Amino acid sequence: MTLRAAIVGSGNIGTDLMYKLLRSPRIEPRWMAGADPDSPGLRRAADAGLAVSSDGADWLLRQDPLPDLVFEATSAAVHRANAPRYADAGIRAIDLTPAAVGPAVVPEVNLGEHRDAPNLNLITCGGQATIPMVHAVSRVTPVAYAEIVATVASRSAGPGTRANIDEFTRTTSRGLETIGGAAHGKAIIVLNPAEPPLIMRDTIFCAVAPDADRAVVTKSVEDRVAEIASYVPGYRLLDEPQFDQVGDQLRVGIFVEIEGAGDYLPGYAGNLDIMTAAATRVGEELAGPEDH
Amino acid sequence: MRNLLDLRITDSSLRDGSHAKRHQFTVDEVTAIVAALDAAGVPVIEVTHGDGLGGSSFTYGLSRTPEQDLISAAVRTATRARIAFLMLPGVGVFDDIRVAAGNGATVCRIATHCTEADISVQHFGIARELGLETVGFLMMAHSIPPERLAAQARIMADAGCECVYVVDSAGALVLDQVSDRVAALVTELGGDAQVGFHGHENLGLGVANSVLAYRAGAKQIDGSTRRFGAGAGNTPVEAFVGVCDKLGIRTGVDFFKIVDAAEDVVRPAMADECKLDRMALIMGYAGVYSSFLMHAYALASRYGVSGAEILVKAGERRLVGGQEDQLITIARELSGSRPGIAPSLP
Repeated sequence: MTLRAAIVGSGNIGTDLMYKLLRSPRIEPRWMAGADPDSPGLRRAADAGLAVSSDGADWLLRQDPLPDLVFEATSAAVHRANAPRYADAGIRAIDLTPAAVGPAVVPEVNLGEHRDAPNLNLITCGGQATIPMVHAVSRVTPVAYAEIVATVASRSAGPGTRANIDEFTRTTSRGLETIGGAAHGKAIIVLNPAEPPLIMRDTIFCAVAPDADRAVVTKSVEDRVAEIASYVPGYRLLDEPQFDQVGDQLRVGIFVEIEGAGDYLPGYAGNLDIMTAAATRVGEELAGPEDH
Repeated sequence: MRNLLDLRITDSSLRDGSHAKRHQFTVDEVTAIVAALDAAGVPVIEVTHGDGLGGSSFTYGLSRTPEQDLISAAVRTATRARIAFLMLPGVGVFDDIRVAAGNGATVCRIATHCTEADISVQHFGIARELGLETVGFLMMAHSIPPERLAAQARIMADAGCECVYVVDSAGALVLDQVSDRVAALVTELGGDAQVGFHGHENLGLGVANSVLAYRAGAKQIDGSTRRFGAGAGNTPVEAFVGVCDKLGIRTGVDFFKIVDAAEDVVRPAMADECKLDRMALIMGYAGVYSSFLMHAYALASRYGVSGAEILVKAGERRLVGGQEDQLITIARELSGSRPGIAPSLP
């Protein structure tokens, strides 16, 4: 089936997401609701044939028919206010903010467990980029500790991220444990202002037993990279996993780069691209198999 | 007493020195060093993992002793000195600040890359709520011009920071470049916040740069006794105190006592002197974050490549503090692996 979808939030993320949804065979983006009548995102949405308004969720909830699915690309505070209203109207929500109203999901890892949840949260960009790698290791050998470093271009870190950097690190750390399968997780984020802006890079370290089978870990990581690249084409391994003895543990080092698809946001903003790509993927999974 | 001083020295050997020590400080070493610095009259002593609260990690190096235990030991030992800690938003979290404050540290120093001050706003708010004195660190200050640095200092001051430091993380600033930056911050901040300077020795200018910073209006100066810090080390406190004595600048630190502390207490805790060698000089010349030094040594040995080349590449790619993980990728590339191409296992 094809789901009728609305995007709430007409900023960079909402606009980039629209272009991805327009390409999807299973999702039909029909509405974009923003807050600013002069927003370039709303103009682009109108040009693409979507119904648009700057009256936000109030306007959206007056539509007939209502959307099946709403993608929230506003802020945590706005989504916390909107989420119960979507639920009352029977609209499922995919949340790209840090509101964490619904369960946290990473496609390819745990979406199956939450397929019926009315509200799904996408954690953080760093989480989407790194949790699948931790899981790729933990599915073949126990991970006592996982640590990630997400480096993003300063230009791609918006005011929301900047004002809530502590929330980013805490939320991502939790995801490394609850979804990635590490006993303990730590997330680090670094902003780099270099010009031209650098492409998002993530490093994932996992502590495993010294006798863990390196070939099995490497194969699991490479398989997972291929799965992610099916919905984030710019996701790539920079190098094969590196194994180093640190104390009495074996440290697996995984190095990835994420180049954005350049739908609306520039290619360096892989951190934003992976969020909109993951949102699209989750929406498509909810829609079920493609009609023939 | 503080008001009778012309500037206030913060000794960073137990924080910046953590890099040189590969984060292996023991409680006994911290206790001995704090006791000696305190007795010499050093007014503020910084104690944390080299990369700040929460820095103990695979990426930056695991601490031998939990840093909060070291902070507690320092607080127990100091009779006059205040104990400070460093934290980098994105590395540590709010709870780390709360725990450090609970352990008795009273000066909270929040560091960001010099263009990213706005990620520190929440942290200054929390530090002030906890009643901590606040200091802001604009790292890699050589990489942007004075006016831009001053605009970033304004963001920190407005967030509740009481002193904003020009931090020469790469030891790359030369004389007038320090004066110009400090003066720009003094002009911008006026009475809203003090200005400080944190120097490194990678071009041999720690003391001279610090004197110029003072003359340009800085009220707080960082150093490390025996240069115990990242890269070629920090401004040597004992030499700076001696120079200040000769210039009539009152620091409150006793020259002979700090010289003895450097020789008899700090040096024995160091694996090696912090040297102005090839690697350190390259860092100063190419503007590379000083704490990359030990990582470059380790990777050069692990992958059989040139440590100096790792540092040069780090400079070319304009890596900032915190990107130690990318040094691994650089070392792999130098060893013959290329990005995106997985070679056979070594």
